[in-house]
Amino acid sequence: MADCNETLAEIWRFFDDQLSDAARADIESHLGECTDCLQAFDFYAELKTVVAKSVRDDTIPESLRIKIFECFGDVLAEDDDPELTSGS
Amino acid sequence: MSRPVADQNAFAREAMQYAPQLYSTALRMTHNAQDAEDLVQETYLRAYRAFAGFEEGTNLRAWLFRIMTNAYINMYRKKQRQVKEEEYGEIEDLFLYRRLRWFDTDAVADSAESEMLALFPEDAVRDALDELPEEYRVPVLLADVQGFSYKEIAEMLDIKMGTVMSRLHRGRTRLQLALYDHAKARGIVRESSDNLETP
Repeated sequence: MADCNETLAEIWRFFDDQLSDAARADIESHLGECTDCLQAFDFYAELKTVVAKSVRDDTIPESLRIKIFECFGDVLAEDDDPELTSGS
Repeated sequence: MSRPVADQNAFAREAMQYAPQLYSTALRMTHNAQDAEDLVQETYLRAYRAFAGFEEGTNLRAWLFRIMTNAYINMYRKKQRQVKEEEYGEIEDLFLYRRLRWFDTDAVADSAESEMLALFPEDAVRDALDELPEEYRVPVLLADVQGFSYKEIAEMLDIKMGTVMSRLHRGRTRLQLALYDHAKARGIVRESSDNLETP
């Protein structure tokens, strides 16, 4: 089984899903028995959540929504007008 | 040859659902609301134009982010001085944890999300992200906020997987350093905990 140093060294590859199944199972069994390492993993899992939430936003400005629709209309118009497409 | 308009409408509708993710990432890339809007608009313009080449089965979200990172590099990346790592030295993987766990066990021991948010409120995290050099900030945004894999990020930024890993590593450790400095500046962490030896 992985020791503490080996476990902590793999913390990011663990979160990034870069470990083989065997290596992952090895880390998980260590975490099942070692509260110190589990605490470190929990800390970074929470930190990752906090970082992600600080950036995520479910809204966009209305002005941008309109611009995106306009882009779509423009591109459809380009498709309909071969001269415009070849000229650009 | 263009595809039927019905297909294009469906494509546009599907692409539209990713606008908030693209915009919030663009805001952290450009640090400016107007530039972020322009960048996302440019992304959709390029995406609609490239629609004919979009292959069924491609991950649309990753495809849009790839277009946006390319557009960002074309439009905004200024000539930057190379980041000199020796200015910071090597920062250990668990920098923040090792410094926080001793002095404030309540906040760290049961690191429930609310405790973590109390330590690092959203604006502090955004400031810390904004302070990262761009070459580290963008991979951190793509991996830790958007959840893309090393392989997807390597394709988006046109760099090797090993480069993705090393930039992510440096970005994450420097983010910890920045968060720590912010916590110190806000008086949440005491200076003296700087000198603690790691076990």
